[in-house]
Amino acid sequence: MSAVKRFLTTKGLIGIALLGLVLLVAILGPWLVPADFATRMDMRARLSGPTFAHPFGTDQLGRDLFFRVVLGAQTSLTIALAAVITSIVIGLPLGLISGYARGHVDNVLMRLVDTMLAFPALLLALTISAMLGPNLQNTIIAIGIAFTPFLARIVRGEALRVVQMPYVEAARASGTNDVQMIIRHILPNIMPQIIVQATISLAFAILAEAGLSFLGLGTQPPQSSWGLMIQASRDYLDVAPWTALVPGIAVALTVLGLNMFGDVLRDVLDPRAR
Amino acid sequence: MMEPAMLDTTIAAPSPLVSIEGLRVEFRIDGSTVVGVEDVSFAIRPGETVCVVGESGSGKSVTSLSLMRLVEFGGGSITGGSLRFTRASGEVIDVTRASPDEMRSIRGNEIGMIFQEPMTSLNPVFTIERQLTDGLQVHKGLSGDAARAKALELLQSVRIPEPERRLKQYPHELSGGMRQRVVIAMAMACEPRLLIADEPTTALDVTIQAEILGLIDRLKRENNMAVLFITHDMAVVAQMADRVVVMYRGRIVEEGPVNEIFENPREDYTRALLAAVPKLGAMAGKTAPEPMPIMGATAAPIAETTTEAARTPKVLLEVKNLTTRFPVKGGPLRLTVANVHAVEDVSFSVNVGETLALVGESGCGKSTTGRSILRLIEAHSGSVTLDGWDVRALRTADLRRARRDMQMVFQDPFASLNPYRRLRDQVSEPLINFAIASGSALDDMVADLFDRVELPRAFMRRFPHELSGGQRQRVAIARALATNPKLIVADEAVSALDVSVRAQILNLMMQLQRDLGLSFLFISHDMAVVERVSHHIGVMYLGRIVELGTRADVFENPRHPYTRTLLAAVPIADPRQRRLHDDRSFRAIPSPVFPVGYTPTPSTYDEVSPGHFVLQEQN
Repeated sequence: MSAVKRFLTTKGLIGIALLGLVLLVAILGPWLVPADFATRMDMRARLSGPTFAHPFGTDQLGRDLFFRVVLGAQTSLTIALAAVITSIVIGLPLGLISGYARGHVDNVLMRLVDTMLAFPALLLALTISAMLGPNLQNTIIAIGIAFTPFLARIVRGEALRVVQMPYVEAARASGTNDVQMIIRHILPNIMPQIIVQATISLAFAILAEAGLSFLGLGTQPPQSSWGLMIQASRDYLDVAPWTALVPGIAVALTVLGLNMFGDVLRDVLDPRAR
Repeated sequence: MMEPAMLDTTIAAPSPLVSIEGLRVEFRIDGSTVVGVEDVSFAIRPGETVCVVGESGSGKSVTSLSLMRLVEFGGGSITGGSLRFTRASGEVIDVTRASPDEMRSIRGNEIGMIFQEPMTSLNPVFTIERQLTDGLQVHKGLSGDAARAKALELLQSVRIPEPERRLKQYPHELSGGMRQRVVIAMAMACEPRLLIADEPTTALDVTIQAEILGLIDRLKRENNMAVLFITHDMAVVAQMADRVVVMYRGRIVEEGPVNEIFENPREDYTRALLAAVPKLGAMAGKTAPEPMPIMGATAAPIAETTTEAARTPKVLLEVKNLTTRFPVKGGPLRLTVANVHAVEDVSFSVNVGETLALVGESGCGKSTTGRSILRLIEAHSGSVTLDGWDVRALRTADLRRARRDMQMVFQDPFASLNPYRRLRDQVSEPLINFAIASGSALDDMVADLFDRVELPRAFMRRFPHELSGGQRQRVAIARALATNPKLIVADEAVSALDVSVRAQILNLMMQLQRDLGLSFLFISHDMAVVERVSHHIGVMYLGRIVELGTRADVFENPRHPYTRTLLAAVPIADPRQRRLHDDRSFRAIPSPVFPVGYTPTPSTYDEVSPGHFVLQEQN
């Protein structure tokens, strides 16, 4: 009960509302809106501004931006969420082992991570995606792997800090083994940083998907995604800025909701804030 | 000093330099208002040392920061009262109403300040010269050369060796004591009329503390400067103060001349505070440790049961020739280029049901010794035998079992408990690890442990941050007791606690020793506490035990020069036994770093009396 109560701050409520709206659209959108609404072209109203028929305007092919945003939500969020989860699944153990074991293990793992960090994340994702071939699953893997080194670095740094805390030494003196040490003592104490990094990563993943789509490797037309929409708007920014604004605002609201939710989640998990 | 105190306060008072009246400071935290200090009034006369003493949270620092109006930078605001300060020009201003410009001309100029941490109060990227000349150029308008000359003069006045060379050095190149001297030189740069010293020696070793206290006292007398000295340590108060202000929870409890406060305290709180201070030498002639007197609690005598054990001492822990080294890595391949000889050929034994204390200053290897015994750090050589087990030879599974018999209590109760776990889970962790109990039996055992350390059972569901420092240390002790160990290594276990809480924890430890027959390895820098709790004492210096013997041997008949230095440096909580002096010792502590392959000489001891060993002079 108290956890729920502590979620009900202004920030928490806005975060939940925004995130709830986005998730609702992403989950229910494909059920309520026929799939072809996103691809139906109104040739008489190409690059039309907001009108009664098209409240959010249309793109260069006369497709309704509202329906495209609604139907693109699922693709964008699925890719972003799955990619971030991938990066956590790989990066968290990597960083934990590195920071906990230290020494040679740390050296080897971190040089590996540094090598990956030497490439821009998008370039890395691009290479992986090009190697695996353009489809939804490979896009997720590509973005997930590209984001892994950032997460691993942060987890390692935090693990190094926590490992030196006296309570870890105290637990070791009480006979706690390595696995229990990581689960009971290290992980809970680095959770706040992981949450913050994950919410930031989610925002970047949405944009990374856009980047890949932009280069023809992410979501394939005629399927709709927010990234694809932003990419397509590039040539029409001066004549029809809303083609970029509508998906851009969708991304911005999602990110805002995520950050607020992440902040409050971090506070709720912290016993000191109770 | 010896003039009648009552007259002093009523008739012969010169006009005060500072007069604080009805000060009230509030802090706004998350929308609610917290009162930092309330209704605080006292005065400081020219050339007088006023000590403000109190435990953490008493508002003593808030009071001093208010005087500089620095409290506003910490989120506080002065919401009532006045702080009248007599400026050099004779003008009296109310600091609470001074403009920012006026404050800047007072801060560091007419009021100097010394902070607690000499490392963090100096800027690491500037040379000593730059830090000293900055204030001189701003406040006194000195030119570069004049400021440099003055800086040199200041370093000479605080008696730093080789002052010319120090000017060109950076803070990290100086020792802690020298850094604090530089901080004092900075505070003295503009010849302030008032020096505020906020716990200036708390972070320093006891021998350096003695030097710094002597220095402040000499500067005060030579410059006829007033000193506002903030501290939690009654012994320091006794050495420094002309008058004392005792604070508790943001209010003044008692104020008066130092002799009066120490000999005839009016308030219960002052009496409790004084009673909780262990006095060096108070245990002379006694054979066994004795609990601290605590106001309102009748102390149970402890000596009775231990005498039995003392007659037939049985060795529990035997440490022989223990050596621990840390490699210093260097070069691109991170090879070992040198070794820090943290513990060097240390031997001692701890008897069943007794306490052996290891005392020494920071860096002497006392903590490393404790950790090496528990194998939290792997020793380089030597043997550790606990109740027949050769601890250093144990493999993982056996080591875990051996750890049931030896537990540790750490210094910082705020850091030694995991902030994310409930206290019940933390105390039960060793019980689960060793599969000692589960289910309702586990809950009962945890509840018993909470009873044993005198914590309410309701605390089991709480998180560490909900407890005070002393309560947390009780939880840490409960955790250490969980496996029913034979030996507890207490590493500075009471150093971070307030005096009254410290006395309670010490008494708890002594009581547990009596009830459970526990042995303690008590690691501490505090001679007075050590005298109170131990049967045997090992004095450590530079990785070696320089003197080892019973409490009476070491305290009443110290033989090694270092033991004597250490004992002479301890401030005595009695204003009639002042021994402030500004002798520069600057014993440059030799480096414990040696090249790879260096073989140190073994420790050889003279046995001056049965069981009393003194390290032989080495070359």
